[in-house]
Amino acid sequence: MSAPTSPAATESSAARVRRRLSGRAASIAAIVIAVVWTLPTFGLFVSSFRPEQEIKTTGWWTFFTDPSLTLANYRDVLFGTASQGQLASYFVNSFVITLPSTVFVVALAALAAYALAWMNFPGRDWIFLGVFALQIVPLQMSLVPLLSFFSEGVSIGGVQVLPAWELEGAFQFTTVWVAHTIFGLPLGVFLLHNFIAQLPRSLFEAARVDGAGHGVIFRRVVTPLIVPALMSLAIFQFLWVWNDLLVALIFAGGGVETAPLTVRLAEMAGTRGNEWQRLTAGAFVSMIVPLLVFFSLQRYFVRGLLAGSVKG
Amino acid sequence: MAKIVLDSVDKVYSGGVKAVDSLNLEINDGEFMVLVGPSGCGKSTALRMIAGLEEITGGTLTIGDRVVNDLPPKNRDIAMVFQNYALYPHMTVEQNLAFGLKLRKTPKPEIERRVKEAAAMLGLEPYLKRKPAALSGGQRQRVAMGRAIVREPQAFLMDEPLSNLDAKLRVQMRASLNQLHERLGVTTVYVTHDQIEAMTLGDRVAVLRDGKLQQVDTPKNLFDHPVNLFVAGFIGSPAMNFVAARLEQNGDGAVLKFADQTLPVADETLAAKPELRDYFGREIVLGIRPSDFDDAELAAYNGGTMTVKADVTEEIGTEINVIFTIDAPPLDHEDAAALAADAAGDGDEDDAALPLTRDKSVFTARVSPRSSVRPGQMITLAVDTRQLHYFDKVSGLSIGHPASKPAAATV
Repeated sequence: MSAPTSPAATESSAARVRRRLSGRAASIAAIVIAVVWTLPTFGLFVSSFRPEQEIKTTGWWTFFTDPSLTLANYRDVLFGTASQGQLASYFVNSFVITLPSTVFVVALAALAAYALAWMNFPGRDWIFLGVFALQIVPLQMSLVPLLSFFSEGVSIGGVQVLPAWELEGAFQFTTVWVAHTIFGLPLGVFLLHNFIAQLPRSLFEAARVDGAGHGVIFRRVVTPLIVPALMSLAIFQFLWVWNDLLVALIFAGGGVETAPLTVRLAEMAGTRGNEWQRLTAGAFVSMIVPLLVFFSLQRYFVRGLLAGSVKG
Repeated sequence: MAKIVLDSVDKVYSGGVKAVDSLNLEINDGEFMVLVGPSGCGKSTALRMIAGLEEITGGTLTIGDRVVNDLPPKNRDIAMVFQNYALYPHMTVEQNLAFGLKLRKTPKPEIERRVKEAAAMLGLEPYLKRKPAALSGGQRQRVAMGRAIVREPQAFLMDEPLSNLDAKLRVQMRASLNQLHERLGVTTVYVTHDQIEAMTLGDRVAVLRDGKLQQVDTPKNLFDHPVNLFVAGFIGSPAMNFVAARLEQNGDGAVLKFADQTLPVADETLAAKPELRDYFGREIVLGIRPSDFDDAELAAYNGGTMTVKADVTEEIGTEINVIFTIDAPPLDHEDAAALAADAAGDGDEDDAALPLTRDKSVFTARVSPRSSVRPGQMITLAVDTRQLHYFDKVSGLSIGHPASKPAAATV
């Protein structure tokens, strides 16, 4: 009835935005912004390949008049002695922390969002409201309770309800995973809920008539349709966890077995503040992964952000 | 294939709104039953209850010989076609068709055979590898239909499946639906608000209003013997003309007087509906179908005449619609008001709007295209008085209708 008019309206407004953003002035402005934002990164990149003596005496732009390159900085920070950085093992730690934390959040948030959007159970709206409200709780507030939950367990009135976790070996990462998952879920559930709730109701009804239960609907109908949203949530969560310092410092500690790159870099900046050559290389090692993630998945990212407004 | 029986089925929403009120309906094995009514009459709710997508508040629903009140949709062995098709956008046409069968663990060769058969039947073979986004509206509609067909269910449920198509395609699809039903012979329940669709498709048509069943009958009987004012006004296009008229005895027979017109009551009507005699000397509501008028000069049957001034003539080619006013106030009855509201919402009825005719009744007569009537001219119309409809002014029920004697209309 009135349905055919509204997509036309959004389409025309989308077209208008596209037209304005592809004008010459807009293009020039975009290029300027890109250059200004990329320049420091580029400088850091160039510096990380320059010999120690030159970094400490001249600016990175002198590289163009007097080029001299070395891989020594990278060799030192990645595979050198403990005092030089030893970033390789921290790099692995970062991956071990980030990948599960991302997968858990995306999987749990998708399941929760589906249930909150399309399953009828008492108190559903209150739960969703609660999840929504959790987003404004600062995570610093929960650091101490969560830490004591991990290290001392739960006791009520002197009775030990849950024991302390006391994790060994590779399981030491569990606390960081759990913490990151907990902190990532409210936003994840909220984002995916909005996305999933927009799928047409008749699609679910058709699937139910076709013989699908909730499990099949989630796996075979919903998941393929929300891939862009899942990818953008995964990118968000990956970058957040990768760049996180606070949570990692508190729950993973500073040891070489569990601490991620960010913790190590902060340490290096503090203890070896004048070893520029290693800091530049170290910073670039920690940056390269987010950049790769972003560039390889950016088409999903853009699609995920737009998918809400433009159908198709 | 199966018979579907609704036994005083109720649907009450949480706000206390009664969407379906004690609906009794028996849909026979292999029958094409159309549920029709204005928007909000509960027809879609009734269909969704049969599908299992809405819970049943009260009464029993039987499909085949099973009571299915509490069965989930997948266990009812029905297939549904949705208004917006609800195709799975990420699957190809072939996968869309096969999805329901796969979930039911149908063996692979069987799935292939059925998909192939349905695709051939619907002319979908060239599109099997495409996704729905690459199909036109009509093709998507056929895929939706195919998804129901491959299931070989006990019943098809269709919720306004043609309403998203443009007018020409809709007429085409209507015809193919008819053929399809002939060929498959599966019990079908079809919901629409379009009375022409209802009349052309249905073996029988159930007219609903405000959640209550008004009448169930064959399209012809609905047209010729509507049980009340609402059905009379809803079925037929252009809509039936209504006017309050005085029924008076005239020797052995009777006459109807309204405004400055007088029409005789046909003798056979009086014989068939003796109840009319109780209304002598009282006002009733007279209903005349536009098609029961004709230009008196060309009419085959002339039971009585009315001479009127044609305000507007619509020449459609196959006929001319003559619109004129009668010097009597428009009918004041809740049924008439409901119909007017529906017509205004639809926007394609003749008698919406026109504030010029506030205290006059607007009539439409359909006359032969060979008539020489022009706007503004006087015309003498012959009325087929055998086909007049008489309604009680208070209850709105058809006088002398077999179904209107007991209160409920169960057929």
